[in-house]
Amino acid sequence: MTAALELSDIHKRYGETDANRGASLCADAGEIVAVVGENGAGKSTLMKIAYGLVTADRGQIFIRGESIPIAAHSPDRAISLGVGMVHQHFMLMDPMTVVENAVLGREPTRGLFVDLGRAARELVELSETLGLGIDPWAKVGTLSVGQKQRVEILKVLWQGAQIIILDEPTAVLTPGEVRQLFSVLGNLAAGGKTLVLITHKLDEITTIAHRAVVLRRGQTVAEMQKHDLSPTAIAHAMVGRPIALEIDKPACVRGETVLAIDDLEVAGRGAEPVLAIDHLEVAAGEIVGIAGVEGNGQRELCEAICGLIRPRQGIITLAGDDITALSTRARFAAGIAHVPEDRHHRGLILERSIADNLLLGRQDEHSTRLGLDREKIAATCRRAIADFDIRPPEASAPAAALSGGNQQKIVIARELLRPAPKLLVCAQPTRGVDIGAILRIHEAIVAARGRGLGVILVSAELSELLALADRVEVLYKGRISGSMDAAALARDDAADRLGEMMTGAGARGAA
Amino acid sequence: MRREATLIATALLVAMAAGSILILIYGQSPARVYVALFSRTWGSTYGIGQVLFKSTPLIFTGLAVAIAFRCGLFNIGAEGQLAAGAFATGLVAASVHAPAVIAVPVAMIAGACAGGVIGAIPGALRAFTGAHEVINTIMLNFIVAALILWAGGEGAFASGTTHTALIDLRAAIPDLGIEGSAANVSILIALAAAVAVWFVLGRTRRGFELCAVGENPAAAENAGISVRAMTIWAMTLSGAIAGLVGTSTVLGYKHYFEEGMGRGTGFMGIAVALLGRNHPLGVVAAALVFGTLSHGGIAVSGICPKEIVDVLEAVIILALAVGAAAGHLDKKRKRA
Repeated sequence: MTAALELSDIHKRYGETDANRGASLCADAGEIVAVVGENGAGKSTLMKIAYGLVTADRGQIFIRGESIPIAAHSPDRAISLGVGMVHQHFMLMDPMTVVENAVLGREPTRGLFVDLGRAARELVELSETLGLGIDPWAKVGTLSVGQKQRVEILKVLWQGAQIIILDEPTAVLTPGEVRQLFSVLGNLAAGGKTLVLITHKLDEITTIAHRAVVLRRGQTVAEMQKHDLSPTAIAHAMVGRPIALEIDKPACVRGETVLAIDDLEVAGRGAEPVLAIDHLEVAAGEIVGIAGVEGNGQRELCEAICGLIRPRQGIITLAGDDITALSTRARFAAGIAHVPEDRHHRGLILERSIADNLLLGRQDEHSTRLGLDREKIAATCRRAIADFDIRPPEASAPAAALSGGNQQKIVIARELLRPAPKLLVCAQPTRGVDIGAILRIHEAIVAARGRGLGVILVSAELSELLALADRVEVLYKGRISGSMDAAALARDDAADRLGEMMTGAGARGAA
Repeated sequence: MRREATLIATALLVAMAAGSILILIYGQSPARVYVALFSRTWGSTYGIGQVLFKSTPLIFTGLAVAIAFRCGLFNIGAEGQLAAGAFATGLVAASVHAPAVIAVPVAMIAGACAGGVIGAIPGALRAFTGAHEVINTIMLNFIVAALILWAGGEGAFASGTTHTALIDLRAAIPDLGIEGSAANVSILIALAAAVAVWFVLGRTRRGFELCAVGENPAAAENAGISVRAMTIWAMTLSGAIAGLVGTSTVLGYKHYFEEGMGRGTGFMGIAVALLGRNHPLGVVAAALVFGTLSHGGIAVSGICPKEIVDVLEAVIILALAVGAAAGHLDKKRKRA
């Protein structure tokens, strides 16, 4: 039997880095294949090559047995050959309806006119057979993230896709939505479609994939069959060495209150505040997890604590002192450490060296009257590089040259090595970070808690919150919609319950 | 670093090639013109003196533009800032009657303050209202020129002239003693300014913060740096350095401020900063290149029209701008 999609010995070079150097993949009809690998392993590049968005330097592409010349491949051609792609960042126009979005580029016509009615009928039919529950006349802008994703799937199916590539489809979904998505994908596979799934979530692979193709540094290093798929085995193949996935966390020893927030309100664009918190407390030696679908006030919470945005009202106290009126600089001096959610946006200056980035935000303690204290900076660099295993271990290397994990280690090292931190505000500390670095970062956060820091941990990864947090508060539309203590977090249904609270179900105090 | 060097070398070569074509069309030998261009500038003490004299104001304006650039700001107002500064220097040097150790610094500080104020205005507008500094610095160039004319008419200019009264000669900066050349000690002040800027940007907290704002304002903010304050500070410093041009032209050369003095030097400062890659020591080197061309144009005017050398300058700037834009595109493509 010929494979539905076969990529063989693909090579692609960007400047001086090899994104793919001998990557291969084979997927049959009716199969769900997971493409896994650490960040920068070349998963996305390989999939973009399959879809024709990126032209490979060398290699072979076969779609349903037909050899495609790599230079002549394009998305248009891919679509006409029955390949569809659902991107991580949806390619939908919010002001347009579902049906308008679906037909974009392939408009069915009757005479001179676009026949939207026919397309809508076809979409309804498709939607019903798959149980997607999508109204073709709804404006895309009014749909939830999960629904938008289903629109994307509907769109590629309507365009006749037999092979569907999904790039990190679960990254933006709640646990409930993930389950729904997986049942749709299961139905599609049962109906003979081929699904290729890029992901880095190990548990998802074991749940849904029939097979996993593991990429490491641009090469296919392993192909694992369903019965061989276990998180440990996949992690091993991805990293190339055995790796521990669990972290030892001693019992929580709650100390004095480090952070207290009362009646905090941050104005949004509309009348509704983007953040409205009646009361939130973090004690020394405690990790308070903040769960929530992205964009529900997490960023505003962190930035309000750090003084990067001004709240409309409310009081923030740090170890008993009112810091509401203090500048960011004064707050850091008072003992706040901040790992921002997007290291490229707020965390680092990519063009600058590791040393300069370790200095960023800590320039005051590294200055003398005569200027910057170069010896002290060098000492801080040595310590950060050694303690956090930053690679390459050269203080003069530009941050841009480092992997995501090592870049994040710079930020974490800088913040945790502050002279006397009391509170760590830590957002998405392991986003886009490879497995080895994740463990190192988790250890550092737990160690900070052991040293008596209060920690606020914002994360989109429920598994991260469940592994680290002593208590989780859920944000929904800027308000705390529920919370779970350690006992509740230890129960088997913790992830599901968090998921419910994240979508506002069973909301407490929510408007 | 190597990319930068290649870019600069390419710009200079492209300019020479373009110049050669023009010289050939004019009917001269490019080799002869280029040899003359070099020997009549760097081949004699007089030539060197003139190059240094022409380069001095360019060092100041180049530094001014570079500092703003490093903070992510495009100061096109060095023109107005230097005019205000030189005007203030001229007035103060004419009215302060004191020994040189007092008169010279006071006149210089007056220039820096006047330039600094003119720089601070667009800086503050940018910081508080978001109004773009490019528009406001350009507008201020016209406003400053008009204000100087008005003040001149109201008695700041010696009656019947378009220049201020002669300064108290104790405030004059001595020349370098090169026969016939206007080269004066202010070149040393310009070099000292370059070293000071290098130190501030590379070795002090304030400089580190200034560059951080230029490179990633969001990260700078997260580092406790006030982007607003830094914007105002950078524009003030930029204007103040441009305001020092009068040190060379007023105190070192004419001994009075004259309407239109130093015109164009502010805009040339943009080219100098561009060629010097916004590095203070690069700015000095770039100022010497443009200073050489500026005097060289006059020096070869016997062989070919001076305008050919102007074209050389223009082509260098154009090639650098294209190169910089291409580099920018390259980066974007890599990110995609």
